[in-house]
Amino acid sequence: MWRWFHKLGSPKWFYAISGRLLPWFSVAAMLLLVIGTVWALLIAPADYQQGNSYRIIYIHVPAAFLAQSGYLLMAIAGAVGLIWKMKLADVVAKSCAPIGASFTLLALITGAVWGKPTWGAWWVWDARLTSMLVLLFLYLGVVALQSAFTDRNQAARASALLALVGLVNIPIIKYSVEWWNTLHQPASLTLTQRPSMPAEMWMPLLIMVVGFYCFFAAVLMMRTRVELLDRERRTGWVKEIIRES
Amino acid sequence: MTTQVQSAQSGVGKVGIFGAMIRRDMTAAFRHSSDLVNPLIFFVVVVTLFPLAVTPESAFLREIAPGVLWVSALLATLLSLDMLFQSDFQDGTLEQMLLSPQPLYSAILAKVATHWLLSGLPLTLLSPLLAMMLFLPAEGIKTLMLTLLIGTPVLSFIGAIGSALTVGLRKTGLLLSLLVLPLYIPVLIFASGAVQAATAGLPIAGHLALLGAILALTVVLAPLAIVTALRISLSG
Repeated sequence: MWRWFHKLGSPKWFYAISGRLLPWFSVAAMLLLVIGTVWALLIAPADYQQGNSYRIIYIHVPAAFLAQSGYLLMAIAGAVGLIWKMKLADVVAKSCAPIGASFTLLALITGAVWGKPTWGAWWVWDARLTSMLVLLFLYLGVVALQSAFTDRNQAARASALLALVGLVNIPIIKYSVEWWNTLHQPASLTLTQRPSMPAEMWMPLLIMVVGFYCFFAAVLMMRTRVELLDRERRTGWVKEIIRES
Repeated sequence: MTTQVQSAQSGVGKVGIFGAMIRRDMTAAFRHSSDLVNPLIFFVVVVTLFPLAVTPESAFLREIAPGVLWVSALLATLLSLDMLFQSDFQDGTLEQMLLSPQPLYSAILAKVATHWLLSGLPLTLLSPLLAMMLFLPAEGIKTLMLTLLIGTPVLSFIGAIGSALTVGLRKTGLLLSLLVLPLYIPVLIFASGAVQAATAGLPIAGHLALLGAILALTVVLAPLAIVTALRISLSG
């Protein structure tokens, strides 16, 4: 277990293993997203209340999932970097921030597009929308702090700390806005309960969620690899890669 | 061993450093009294803008008063965060604090306490006047003061985390607000919610209990984050 952990900390090892995994994740993401999208948009039945406008959830729900998982991953990677001074974790945390912020923005935009026909307004001050907006602010804070430092090490540690402070705050923010105002429907897909919609509807959603996760993993790997090459450009293994290509 | 001997000789214990820091920071702050007064003036000016921009009608102002007062207090606190670590960083005191054998925890606690005494407490004491100008009823004013009393220490603690993270950077003002304001949201919600409930004649114990819980949590956890942040900022 610990050997694996130490190995993971080595940029060279990560670069090699992620190079082998990347094509798999990319292909899986592409396949799942294409199948999921076609199924969701063309084959799945229309909702009896919302008609076809409900179909945006096939983008909205996975994006919202990833917005939250992305923050969690960023905070965990930041903590690992802060505690064990693992360079790779710093790089992962840094790569996570812009991707997570994009997914949060995507969730907000698709939510607005869905809200217009359903609630009759692009934006309502509902608990979930608001806490997603705050999550976006937290992401943007981390990105801003990351770019404010000239020293990479300092930037990584400072933004890791901020991400952790944000992580402690997320549940507080979530519950505070929830008690403040709620209009959004409860979660459509949970791990503990049977879904409230029929299988023809939730199956494509599940495929889309898995596809989004694969996509996230692939993009994260790409960003991390590029950042690693840039940081380690003076080391032997990077020079070797450049020479070979 | 030597560190223990030294601290024993100088007679500065854990409580001693706390008291000494507060005394020192208070003295320094009162010598630059404009730094103390400016956030308060800012608070008054911002609150004044709302009747001018929205409407001077008393019924409407009464309704928005809790939110306006709390948002203004929050912004005033944000502007006063500069006085926490900035000057100590520039003259090297902060580095000495990190190097000293005294527990950093008490020193940080003292710094945040001073900040609250010089920003949160005056804001709380000034708030009834402005609340009256916004036609907040007596019950609301009492609750407003109570929420400010519980809530502004949280603002000082969370603000200190952001301030410690950005202390070594050049242009911090905008970045600091970007980092800190989202973290202020729960306090804002519960505090203005309590004042609104009080003016509507509803019970406020729940809101106050939650504010108190947030305060307890920040008093315990924030100093750790502040210490870590200071170490990061000064490591460069």
